[in-house]
Amino acid sequence: MNAAKTYEKVAFFVLGLAMLLIVAPIIMTIAYIVKNGIGAISWEFITQAPRNGMKEGGIFPAIVGTILLIIGTMLFSLPLGILSAVYLVEYARDNLFTRLIKLSVVNLSGIPSIVYGMFGYTLFVLFLRLGTSILSGSLTLAIMSLPVIITAAKQALEAVPASFREISLSLGATKWQTVRYCVLPHAVPGILTGTVLSLSRAAGETAPILFTVAAFYLPRLPHSVFDQVMALPYHLYVISTQVPNMPMKLSFATGLVLVALVFLMNLVSAILRAHFRKKKQW
Amino acid sequence: MVEKVIIGTVNLNCYYGSLQVLKNLNLEIYKNEILGIIGPANSGKTTFLRALNRLNYLNASYSQDGEILFANQSITSMSDNILRKKIGIIFALPQVLPMSIYNNVAYGPKVHGIIRKNKLSEIVEDALRKAYLWDEVKDRLDLPATHLSGGQQQRLCIARTLAVEPDVILYDEPCSGLDPVSTAKVEDAMQQLKENYTQILVTNNTKQAARVSERCGFFLMGELVEIAETKMLFTNPRDKRTDDYITGRFG
Repeated sequence: MNAAKTYEKVAFFVLGLAMLLIVAPIIMTIAYIVKNGIGAISWEFITQAPRNGMKEGGIFPAIVGTILLIIGTMLFSLPLGILSAVYLVEYARDNLFTRLIKLSVVNLSGIPSIVYGMFGYTLFVLFLRLGTSILSGSLTLAIMSLPVIITAAKQALEAVPASFREISLSLGATKWQTVRYCVLPHAVPGILTGTVLSLSRAAGETAPILFTVAAFYLPRLPHSVFDQVMALPYHLYVISTQVPNMPMKLSFATGLVLVALVFLMNLVSAILRAHFRKKKQW
Repeated sequence: MVEKVIIGTVNLNCYYGSLQVLKNLNLEIYKNEILGIIGPANSGKTTFLRALNRLNYLNASYSQDGEILFANQSITSMSDNILRKKIGIIFALPQVLPMSIYNNVAYGPKVHGIIRKNKLSEIVEDALRKAYLWDEVKDRLDLPATHLSGGQQQRLCIARTLAVEPDVILYDEPCSGLDPVSTAKVEDAMQQLKENYTQILVTNNTKQAARVSERCGFFLMGELVEIAETKMLFTNPRDKRTDDYITGRFG
Protein backbone atom coordinates (compact mmCIF):
# COMPACT_ATOMS: atom_id res chain seq x y z
CA MET A 1 0.00 0.00 0.00
CA ASN A 2 1.36 3.44 -0.89
CA ALA A 3 1.78 6.34 1.53
CA ALA A 4 -0.97 8.54 0.08
CA LYS A 5 -3.54 5.82 0.62
CA THR A 6 -2.38 5.33 4.20
CA TYR A 7 -2.67 9.06 4.86
CA GLU A 8 -6.15 9.03 3.43
CA LYS A 9 -7.18 6.15 5.68
CA VAL A 10 -5.80 7.90 8.74
CA ALA A 11 -7.53 11.14 7.77
CA PHE A 12 -10.87 9.41 7.28
CA PHE A 13 -10.49 7.68 10.61
CA VAL A 14 -9.80 10.96 12.41
CA LEU A 15 -12.73 12.67 10.68
CA GLY A 16 -15.01 9.78 11.56
CA LEU A 17 -13.87 9.93 15.14
CA ALA A 18 -14.56 13.66 15.34
CA MET A 19 -18.06 13.09 14.03
CA LEU A 20 -18.64 10.32 16.54
CA LEU A 21 -17.49 12.58 19.37
CA ILE A 22 -20.08 15.12 18.33
CA VAL A 23 -22.95 12.71 17.84
CA ALA A 24 -22.28 10.54 20.89
CA PRO A 25 -23.19 13.09 23.61
CA ILE A 26 -26.44 13.96 21.87
CA ILE A 27 -27.49 10.35 21.53
CA MET A 28 -26.40 9.52 25.05
CA THR A 29 -28.25 12.49 26.55
CA ILE A 30 -31.44 11.69 24.71
CA ALA A 31 -31.17 7.98 25.48
CA TYR A 32 -30.61 8.73 29.15
CA ILE A 33 -33.60 11.06 29.36
CA VAL A 34 -35.84 8.65 27.49
CA LYS A 35 -34.73 5.67 29.59
CA ASN A 36 -35.39 7.43 32.89
CA GLY A 37 -38.43 9.43 31.90
CA ILE A 38 -40.50 7.24 29.62
CA GLY A 39 -41.92 5.29 32.57
CA ALA A 40 -43.68 8.36 33.94
CA ILE A 41 -45.14 9.49 30.63
CA SER A 42 -48.83 8.78 30.44
CA TRP A 43 -51.95 10.41 29.07
CA GLU A 44 -52.60 11.76 32.56
CA PHE A 45 -49.10 13.23 32.80
CA ILE A 46 -49.58 15.24 29.62
CA THR A 47 -53.18 16.35 30.18
CA GLN A 48 -53.52 16.90 33.95
CA ALA A 49 -52.41 19.66 36.27
CA PRO A 50 -49.87 18.78 38.99
CA ARG A 51 -51.30 17.66 42.34
CA ASN A 52 -50.11 16.91 45.84
CA GLY A 53 -47.11 19.24 45.94
CA MET A 54 -46.37 18.49 42.28
CA LYS A 55 -45.47 14.92 43.15
CA GLU A 56 -48.52 13.57 41.33
CA GLY A 57 -50.66 14.53 38.38
CA GLY A 58 -49.25 15.98 35.22
CA ILE A 59 -47.59 19.00 33.68
CA PHE A 60 -50.33 20.21 31.37
CA PRO A 61 -50.23 23.89 32.50
CA ALA A 62 -46.47 23.99 31.96
CA ILE A 63 -46.80 22.56 28.44
CA VAL A 64 -49.47 25.13 27.59
CA GLY A 65 -47.36 27.87 29.15
CA THR A 66 -44.28 27.01 27.14
CA ILE A 67 -46.27 26.78 23.90
CA LEU A 68 -47.85 30.18 24.61
CA LEU A 69 -44.42 31.66 25.31
CA ILE A 70 -43.04 30.25 22.05
CA ILE A 71 -45.95 31.71 20.11
CA GLY A 72 -45.61 35.06 21.88
CA THR A 73 -41.86 35.15 21.29
CA MET A 74 -42.35 34.36 17.63
CA LEU A 75 -44.99 37.08 17.21
CA PHE A 76 -42.62 39.72 18.54
CA SER A 77 -39.25 38.57 17.27
CA LEU A 78 -40.02 37.27 13.80
CA PRO A 79 -41.40 40.42 12.14
CA LEU A 80 -38.87 42.66 13.87
CA GLY A 81 -35.98 40.31 13.10
CA ILE A 82 -36.83 39.88 9.43
CA LEU A 83 -37.49 43.57 8.88
CA SER A 84 -34.18 44.46 10.56
CA ALA A 85 -32.34 41.98 8.36
CA VAL A 86 -34.05 43.32 5.23
CA TYR A 87 -33.04 46.83 6.22
CA LEU A 88 -29.44 45.83 6.92
CA VAL A 89 -28.98 43.79 3.75
CA GLU A 90 -31.11 45.61 1.19
CA TYR A 91 -31.32 49.22 2.25
CA ALA A 92 -28.57 50.21 4.67
CA ARG A 93 -25.49 51.86 3.27
CA ASP A 94 -22.17 50.75 4.62
CA ASN A 95 -21.29 53.43 7.12
CA LEU A 96 -20.30 53.78 10.75
CA PHE A 97 -23.90 53.69 11.95
CA THR A 98 -24.86 50.44 10.22
CA ARG A 99 -21.56 48.86 11.18
CA LEU A 100 -22.39 49.74 14.76
CA ILE A 101 -25.79 48.07 14.41
CA LYS A 102 -24.22 44.93 12.97
CA LEU A 103 -21.68 44.84 15.77
CA SER A 104 -24.45 45.19 18.36
CA VAL A 105 -26.39 42.33 16.82
CA VAL A 106 -23.35 40.07 17.05
CA ASN A 107 -22.61 41.10 20.61
CA LEU A 108 -26.23 40.76 21.76
CA SER A 109 -26.05 37.03 21.13
CA GLY A 110 -23.19 36.77 23.60
CA ILE A 111 -25.08 38.23 26.55
CA PRO A 112 -25.92 35.65 29.25
CA SER A 113 -29.60 34.81 29.39
CA ILE A 114 -29.91 35.74 33.07
CA VAL A 115 -28.95 39.29 32.10
CA TYR A 116 -31.81 39.32 29.60
CA GLY A 117 -33.99 38.14 32.46
CA MET A 118 -32.93 41.04 34.68
CA PHE A 119 -33.36 43.48 31.82
CA GLY A 120 -36.82 42.15 30.98
CA TYR A 121 -37.81 42.33 34.62
CA THR A 122 -36.82 45.97 35.02
CA LEU A 123 -38.08 47.15 31.63
CA PHE A 124 -41.28 45.19 31.04
CA VAL A 125 -42.39 44.06 34.50
CA LEU A 126 -41.52 47.18 36.49
CA PHE A 127 -41.04 50.15 34.20
CA LEU A 128 -43.74 49.39 31.62
CA ARG A 129 -45.90 47.84 34.37
CA LEU A 130 -46.78 44.75 32.39
CA GLY A 131 -46.35 42.68 35.56
CA THR A 132 -45.04 39.16 35.62
CA SER A 133 -47.05 38.05 32.63
CA ILE A 134 -46.98 36.12 29.38
CA LEU A 135 -46.47 39.48 27.66
CA SER A 136 -43.37 40.36 29.68
CA GLY A 137 -41.94 36.87 29.30
CA SER A 138 -42.53 36.76 25.55
CA LEU A 139 -40.98 40.18 25.05
CA THR A 140 -37.91 39.21 27.09
CA LEU A 141 -37.49 35.96 25.17
CA ALA A 142 -38.05 37.85 21.92
CA ILE A 143 -35.20 40.25 22.65
CA MET A 144 -32.99 37.29 23.45
CA SER A 145 -33.97 35.55 20.18
CA LEU A 146 -33.54 38.58 17.96
CA PRO A 147 -29.78 38.39 17.32
CA VAL A 148 -29.96 34.81 16.08
CA ILE A 149 -32.99 35.52 13.92
CA ILE A 150 -31.43 38.66 12.46
CA THR A 151 -28.15 36.92 11.76
CA ALA A 152 -29.85 33.94 10.12
CA ALA A 153 -32.17 36.15 8.07
CA LYS A 154 -29.22 38.32 7.01
CA GLN A 155 -27.28 35.31 5.82
CA ALA A 156 -30.34 33.95 4.01
CA LEU A 157 -30.90 37.28 2.25
CA GLU A 158 -27.24 37.65 1.34
CA ALA A 159 -27.30 34.15 -0.15
CA VAL A 160 -29.91 35.20 -2.71
CA PRO A 161 -27.93 35.87 -5.91
CA ALA A 162 -27.43 39.55 -6.77
CA SER A 163 -28.61 38.76 -10.29
CA PHE A 164 -32.18 38.25 -9.03
CA ARG A 165 -32.25 41.81 -7.75
CA GLU A 166 -30.67 43.09 -10.94
CA ILE A 167 -33.22 41.31 -13.13
CA SER A 168 -36.12 42.58 -11.09
CA LEU A 169 -34.85 46.16 -11.02
CA SER A 170 -34.04 46.07 -14.73
CA LEU A 171 -37.67 45.22 -15.45
CA GLY A 172 -38.71 48.41 -13.73
CA ALA A 173 -39.67 46.97 -10.36
CA THR A 174 -39.20 49.25 -7.37
CA LYS A 175 -36.78 48.40 -4.62
CA TRP A 176 -39.55 47.17 -2.33
CA GLN A 177 -41.20 45.08 -5.07
CA THR A 178 -37.82 43.51 -5.72
CA VAL A 179 -37.32 42.64 -2.07
CA ARG A 180 -40.89 41.42 -1.67
CA TYR A 181 -41.24 39.26 -4.78
CA CYS A 182 -37.70 38.43 -5.85
CA VAL A 183 -35.56 38.23 -2.71
CA LEU A 184 -37.64 37.36 0.36
CA PRO A 185 -39.35 34.28 -1.12
CA HIS A 186 -35.95 32.74 -1.78
CA ALA A 187 -34.68 33.54 1.69
CA VAL A 188 -37.59 31.88 3.48
CA PRO A 189 -35.93 28.46 4.04
CA GLY A 190 -32.85 30.04 5.62
CA ILE A 191 -34.90 32.41 7.75
CA LEU A 192 -37.03 29.49 8.89
CA THR A 193 -34.00 27.52 10.02
CA GLY A 194 -32.60 30.36 12.08
CA THR A 195 -35.97 31.19 13.57
CA VAL A 196 -36.65 27.66 14.73
CA LEU A 197 -33.17 27.34 16.16
CA SER A 198 -33.57 30.47 18.21
CA LEU A 199 -37.15 29.63 19.24
CA SER A 200 -35.99 26.19 20.35
CA ARG A 201 -33.44 27.86 22.53
CA ALA A 202 -36.04 30.29 23.86
CA ALA A 203 -38.37 27.38 24.66
CA GLY A 204 -35.74 25.80 26.87
CA GLU A 205 -34.50 28.91 28.67
CA THR A 206 -35.15 29.29 32.38
CA ALA A 207 -33.33 32.46 33.31
CA PRO A 208 -35.19 35.01 31.14
CA ILE A 209 -38.60 33.77 32.30
CA LEU A 210 -37.61 33.42 35.94
CA PHE A 211 -38.60 36.97 36.94
CA THR A 212 -40.82 37.88 34.02
CA VAL A 213 -43.51 35.22 33.69
CA ALA A 214 -42.88 31.83 35.25
CA ALA A 215 -45.13 30.66 38.09
CA PHE A 216 -43.88 28.26 40.74
CA TYR A 217 -47.19 26.47 40.98
CA LEU A 218 -50.30 27.52 39.10
CA PRO A 219 -52.48 24.56 38.26
CA ARG A 220 -54.86 26.43 35.95
CA LEU A 221 -54.63 27.85 32.47
CA PRO A 222 -54.06 31.60 31.89
CA HIS A 223 -57.01 33.82 31.02
CA SER A 224 -55.13 36.64 29.30
CA VAL A 225 -51.66 37.72 28.25
CA PHE A 226 -51.33 39.50 31.58
CA ASP A 227 -51.47 36.22 33.51
CA GLN A 228 -48.55 34.24 34.81
CA VAL A 229 -48.03 30.73 33.51
CA MET A 230 -45.99 27.70 34.41
CA ALA A 231 -43.32 26.81 31.89
CA LEU A 232 -41.54 23.51 31.27
CA PRO A 233 -37.93 24.56 31.91
CA TYR A 234 -38.78 26.43 35.10
CA HIS A 235 -41.04 23.61 36.26
CA LEU A 236 -38.19 21.20 35.67
CA TYR A 237 -35.88 23.41 37.69
CA VAL A 238 -38.43 23.66 40.49
CA ILE A 239 -39.21 19.98 40.79
CA SER A 240 -35.54 19.02 40.50
CA THR A 241 -34.24 21.39 43.16
CA GLN A 242 -37.02 22.94 45.24
CA VAL A 243 -39.33 20.03 46.06
CA PRO A 244 -38.04 17.44 48.52
CA ASN A 245 -38.64 13.74 47.89
CA MET A 246 -39.53 14.33 44.25
CA PRO A 247 -39.54 11.13 42.19
CA MET A 248 -36.62 11.42 39.75
CA LYS A 249 -38.61 9.94 36.93
CA LEU A 250 -41.00 12.94 36.97
CA SER A 251 -38.08 15.29 36.34
CA PHE A 252 -36.85 13.16 33.49
CA ALA A 253 -40.34 12.85 32.07
CA THR A 254 -40.69 16.66 32.13
CA GLY A 255 -37.33 16.97 30.38
CA LEU A 256 -38.45 14.42 27.83
CA VAL A 257 -41.60 16.39 27.06
CA LEU A 258 -39.52 19.56 26.59
CA VAL A 259 -37.09 17.80 24.26
CA ALA A 260 -39.98 16.28 22.32
CA LEU A 261 -41.58 19.71 21.95
CA VAL A 262 -38.38 21.22 20.57
CA PHE A 263 -37.88 18.20 18.32
CA LEU A 264 -41.42 18.61 16.99
CA MET A 265 -40.72 22.27 16.14
CA ASN A 266 -37.56 21.29 14.27
CA LEU A 267 -39.44 18.59 12.43
CA VAL A 268 -42.15 20.98 11.29
CA SER A 269 -39.55 23.48 10.12
CA ALA A 270 -37.66 20.77 8.24
CA ILE A 271 -40.85 19.80 6.43
CA LEU A 272 -41.68 23.42 5.62
CA ARG A 273 -38.12 23.99 4.45
CA ALA A 274 -38.22 20.99 2.14
CA HIS A 275 -41.53 22.24 0.78
CA PHE A 276 -40.14 25.73 0.02
CA ARG A 277 -36.88 24.36 -1.41
CA LYS A 278 -38.78 22.21 -3.86
CA LYS A 279 -40.63 25.22 -5.14
CA LYS A 280 -37.62 27.53 -5.38
CA GLN A 281 -34.58 26.07 -7.02
CA TRP A 282 -31.67 27.83 -8.55
CA MET B 1 -35.04 60.58 -44.36
CA VAL B 2 -34.25 62.42 -41.15
CA GLU B 3 -33.81 59.91 -38.40
CA LYS B 4 -35.21 60.64 -34.99
CA VAL B 5 -32.89 60.65 -32.02
CA ILE B 6 -34.26 58.64 -29.09
CA ILE B 7 -31.23 58.59 -26.81
CA GLY B 8 -28.34 61.01 -26.67
CA THR B 9 -25.37 61.33 -24.38
CA VAL B 10 -23.73 64.69 -23.80
CA ASN B 11 -20.17 64.77 -22.46
CA LEU B 12 -20.80 61.61 -20.46
CA ASN B 13 -18.03 60.58 -18.08
CA CYS B 14 -18.36 57.47 -15.93
CA TYR B 15 -16.25 56.49 -12.97
CA TYR B 16 -15.85 53.56 -10.62
CA GLY B 17 -14.26 55.13 -7.59
CA SER B 18 -11.40 57.17 -9.07
CA LEU B 19 -11.12 55.01 -12.19
CA GLN B 20 -12.61 56.64 -15.26
CA VAL B 21 -14.17 54.02 -17.50
CA LEU B 22 -15.95 56.25 -20.03
CA LYS B 23 -14.42 59.45 -21.36
CA ASN B 24 -16.42 62.33 -22.70
CA LEU B 25 -18.91 60.31 -24.65
CA ASN B 26 -21.14 62.07 -27.17
CA LEU B 27 -23.38 59.67 -29.00
CA GLU B 28 -26.80 59.67 -30.58
CA ILE B 29 -29.04 56.69 -31.01
CA TYR B 30 -31.83 56.75 -33.56
CA LYS B 31 -35.27 55.36 -33.20
CA ASN B 32 -35.77 51.78 -34.42
CA GLU B 33 -32.16 51.23 -35.35
CA ILE B 34 -29.92 48.39 -34.25
CA LEU B 35 -26.74 49.96 -32.99
CA GLY B 36 -23.80 47.63 -32.55
CA ILE B 37 -21.10 48.41 -30.01
CA ILE B 38 -17.82 46.59 -30.39
CA GLY B 39 -14.51 46.83 -28.59
CA PRO B 40 -12.12 44.79 -26.49
CA ALA B 41 -12.70 43.93 -22.84
CA ASN B 42 -12.56 46.89 -20.43
CA SER B 43 -13.36 49.37 -23.15
CA GLY B 44 -16.45 50.66 -21.35
CA LYS B 45 -19.09 49.04 -23.56
CA THR B 46 -21.06 47.49 -20.74
CA THR B 47 -20.73 50.57 -18.55
CA PHE B 48 -22.17 52.62 -21.41
CA LEU B 49 -25.09 50.23 -21.76
CA ARG B 50 -25.84 50.13 -18.07
CA ALA B 51 -25.52 53.90 -17.78
CA LEU B 52 -28.53 54.23 -20.07
CA ASN B 53 -30.93 52.63 -17.57
CA ARG B 54 -28.96 53.64 -14.50
CA LEU B 55 -28.14 50.05 -13.52
CA ASN B 56 -24.56 51.17 -12.87
CA TYR B 57 -25.80 52.87 -9.73
CA LEU B 58 -26.34 49.46 -8.11
CA ASN B 59 -22.60 49.60 -7.57
CA ALA B 60 -21.98 52.00 -4.68
CA SER B 61 -18.65 53.25 -6.04
CA TYR B 62 -20.14 54.38 -9.36
CA SER B 63 -20.49 58.01 -10.33
CA GLN B 64 -21.01 59.92 -13.56
CA ASP B 65 -21.24 63.40 -14.93
CA GLY B 66 -22.57 64.74 -18.18
CA GLU B 67 -26.06 64.18 -19.42
CA ILE B 68 -28.07 61.31 -20.86
CA LEU B 69 -31.19 62.29 -22.72
CA PHE B 70 -34.03 59.89 -23.39
CA ALA B 71 -36.76 61.25 -25.66
CA ASN B 72 -35.31 64.73 -25.10
CA GLN B 73 -35.61 64.42 -21.36
CA SER B 74 -32.74 64.02 -18.93
CA ILE B 75 -32.92 60.54 -17.41
CA THR B 76 -32.04 61.95 -14.00
CA SER B 77 -35.45 63.61 -13.97
CA MET B 78 -37.20 60.28 -14.38
CA SER B 79 -37.64 57.78 -11.57
CA ASP B 80 -35.53 54.65 -11.98
CA ASN B 81 -38.42 52.23 -12.30
CA ILE B 82 -40.15 54.24 -15.04
CA LEU B 83 -36.87 54.60 -16.94
CA ARG B 84 -36.09 50.90 -16.67
CA LYS B 85 -39.55 49.97 -17.86
CA LYS B 86 -38.86 51.94 -21.02
CA ILE B 87 -35.25 50.81 -21.47
CA GLY B 88 -35.00 47.06 -20.97
CA ILE B 89 -31.81 45.03 -20.85
CA ILE B 90 -30.76 41.50 -21.76
CA PHE B 91 -27.76 40.30 -19.72
CA ALA B 92 -24.74 38.40 -20.94
CA LEU B 93 -25.60 35.10 -19.35
CA PRO B 94 -29.16 33.87 -19.58
CA GLN B 95 -30.46 34.71 -16.14
CA VAL B 96 -33.93 33.42 -15.43
CA LEU B 97 -35.68 33.75 -12.12
CA PRO B 98 -36.33 30.46 -10.32
CA MET B 99 -40.00 30.49 -11.17
CA SER B 100 -42.14 28.95 -13.88
CA ILE B 101 -41.70 30.04 -17.50
CA TYR B 102 -45.03 31.83 -17.29
CA ASN B 103 -44.17 33.71 -14.12
CA ASN B 104 -40.79 34.79 -15.48
CA VAL B 105 -42.54 36.64 -18.28
CA ALA B 106 -45.46 37.79 -16.15
CA TYR B 107 -43.21 39.21 -13.43
CA GLY B 108 -42.64 42.53 -15.20
CA PRO B 109 -46.26 43.27 -16.09
CA LYS B 110 -47.30 42.25 -12.57
CA VAL B 111 -45.01 44.74 -10.87
CA HIS B 112 -46.40 47.37 -13.21
CA GLY B 113 -49.86 46.72 -11.89
CA ILE B 114 -51.43 44.35 -14.40
CA ILE B 115 -53.27 41.73 -12.37
CA ARG B 116 -56.09 40.46 -14.61
CA LYS B 117 -55.36 36.84 -15.55
CA ASN B 118 -56.63 37.13 -19.13
CA LYS B 119 -54.59 40.22 -19.82
CA LEU B 120 -51.47 38.66 -18.30
CA SER B 121 -51.82 35.47 -20.34
CA GLU B 122 -52.25 37.59 -23.44
CA ILE B 123 -49.09 39.55 -22.71
CA VAL B 124 -47.10 36.40 -21.92
CA GLU B 125 -48.13 34.67 -25.13
CA ASP B 126 -47.47 37.77 -27.21
CA ALA B 127 -44.01 38.29 -25.67
CA LEU B 128 -43.05 34.63 -26.10
CA ARG B 129 -44.15 34.71 -29.74
CA LYS B 130 -42.10 37.81 -30.43
CA ALA B 131 -39.06 36.14 -28.86
CA TYR B 132 -39.57 33.03 -31.02
CA LEU B 133 -40.08 30.83 -28.00
CA TRP B 134 -43.84 30.27 -27.91
CA ASP B 135 -43.90 27.10 -30.02
CA GLU B 136 -41.22 25.47 -27.91
CA VAL B 137 -42.79 26.18 -24.52
CA LYS B 138 -46.53 26.64 -25.03
CA ASP B 139 -47.33 23.21 -23.54
CA ARG B 140 -45.18 23.61 -20.48
CA LEU B 141 -45.53 27.16 -19.26
CA ASP B 142 -45.73 25.92 -15.66
CA LEU B 143 -42.35 24.23 -15.79
CA PRO B 144 -39.46 25.89 -13.93
CA ALA B 145 -37.63 28.18 -16.34
CA THR B 146 -34.34 26.65 -15.22
CA HIS B 147 -35.29 23.47 -17.11
CA LEU B 148 -34.92 25.25 -20.45
CA SER B 149 -31.71 25.12 -22.48
CA GLY B 150 -29.33 28.09 -22.47
CA GLY B 151 -30.58 29.40 -25.81
CA GLN B 152 -34.20 29.04 -24.77
CA GLN B 153 -33.46 30.78 -21.48
CA GLN B 154 -31.93 33.73 -23.31
CA ARG B 155 -34.98 34.04 -25.53
CA LEU B 156 -37.10 33.81 -22.38
CA CYS B 157 -35.11 36.76 -21.05
CA ILE B 158 -35.93 38.66 -24.24
CA ALA B 159 -39.61 37.76 -23.84
CA ARG B 160 -39.45 38.89 -20.22
CA THR B 161 -38.08 42.26 -21.30
CA LEU B 162 -40.63 42.58 -24.12
CA ALA B 163 -43.48 41.90 -21.71
CA VAL B 164 -43.02 45.26 -20.00
CA GLU B 165 -43.28 46.97 -23.41
CA PRO B 166 -40.04 48.96 -23.48
CA ASP B 167 -39.07 51.41 -26.21
CA VAL B 168 -35.41 50.44 -26.16
CA ILE B 169 -33.76 47.06 -25.62
CA LEU B 170 -30.13 46.86 -24.55
CA TYR B 171 -28.22 43.64 -25.20
CA ASP B 172 -25.08 43.05 -23.17
CA GLU B 173 -23.22 40.35 -25.12
CA PRO B 174 -26.43 38.32 -25.32
CA CYS B 175 -24.92 35.38 -27.17
CA SER B 176 -21.62 34.96 -25.36
CA GLY B 177 -22.82 31.75 -23.69
CA LEU B 178 -24.80 30.34 -26.61
CA ASP B 179 -24.15 27.87 -29.39
CA PRO B 180 -24.33 29.04 -33.05
CA VAL B 181 -27.87 27.76 -33.61
CA SER B 182 -29.22 29.52 -30.54
CA THR B 183 -27.26 32.60 -31.51
CA ALA B 184 -28.93 32.58 -34.91
CA LYS B 185 -32.35 32.35 -33.26
CA VAL B 186 -31.60 35.32 -30.99
CA GLU B 187 -30.37 37.31 -33.99
CA ASP B 188 -33.53 36.42 -35.92
CA ALA B 189 -35.61 37.67 -33.05
CA MET B 190 -33.66 40.95 -33.06
CA GLN B 191 -34.31 41.47 -36.77
CA GLN B 192 -38.04 40.96 -36.25
CA LEU B 193 -38.10 43.36 -33.31
CA LYS B 194 -36.61 46.18 -35.38
CA GLU B 195 -40.02 47.42 -36.43
CA ASN B 196 -41.09 48.40 -32.96
CA TYR B 197 -37.97 48.76 -30.87
CA THR B 198 -34.68 50.57 -30.75
CA GLN B 199 -31.95 48.05 -30.00
CA ILE B 200 -28.38 48.44 -28.82
CA LEU B 201 -26.15 45.41 -29.08
CA VAL B 202 -22.90 45.24 -27.18
CA THR B 203 -20.87 42.33 -28.40
CA ASN B 204 -17.38 40.86 -28.33
CA ASN B 205 -18.18 39.13 -31.55
CA THR B 206 -17.40 41.60 -34.34
CA LYS B 207 -18.97 39.29 -36.92
CA GLN B 208 -22.22 39.39 -35.02
CA ALA B 209 -22.15 43.18 -34.99
CA ALA B 210 -21.52 43.10 -38.75
CA ARG B 211 -24.42 40.70 -39.31
CA VAL B 212 -27.03 42.34 -37.14
CA SER B 213 -26.40 46.04 -36.71
CA GLU B 214 -27.09 48.96 -39.01
CA ARG B 215 -24.71 51.37 -37.38
CA CYS B 216 -21.78 50.36 -35.30
CA GLY B 217 -19.57 52.07 -32.76
CA PHE B 218 -16.07 51.08 -31.71
CA PHE B 219 -15.05 51.65 -28.08
CA LEU B 220 -11.45 51.55 -26.92
CA MET B 221 -10.30 52.24 -23.37
CA GLY B 222 -13.36 54.27 -22.50
CA GLU B 223 -13.41 56.30 -25.68
CA LEU B 224 -15.73 56.12 -28.64
CA VAL B 225 -13.16 55.87 -31.41
CA GLU B 226 -15.52 55.80 -34.31
CA ILE B 227 -19.19 55.38 -35.11
CA ALA B 228 -20.51 54.85 -38.62
CA GLU B 229 -22.82 52.78 -40.75
CA THR B 230 -21.88 49.17 -40.14
CA LYS B 231 -20.92 48.62 -43.78
CA MET B 232 -18.68 51.67 -43.74
CA LEU B 233 -17.08 50.78 -40.43
CA PHE B 234 -16.20 47.28 -41.50
CA THR B 235 -15.10 48.01 -45.07
CA ASN B 236 -13.61 51.44 -44.81
CA PRO B 237 -12.91 52.52 -41.22
CA ARG B 238 -11.58 56.04 -40.79
CA ASP B 239 -9.48 55.33 -37.74
CA LYS B 240 -6.49 53.04 -37.87
CA ARG B 241 -7.30 51.56 -34.46
CA THR B 242 -10.72 50.45 -35.71
CA ASP B 243 -9.09 48.83 -38.70
CA ASP B 244 -6.62 47.01 -36.45
CA TYR B 245 -9.39 45.72 -34.21
CA ILE B 246 -11.78 44.44 -36.84
CA THR B 247 -9.07 42.78 -38.84
CA GLY B 248 -7.74 41.12 -35.71
CA ARG B 249 -4.39 42.86 -35.80
CA PHE B 250 -4.94 44.35 -32.39
CA GLY B 251 -2.52 44.54 -29.57
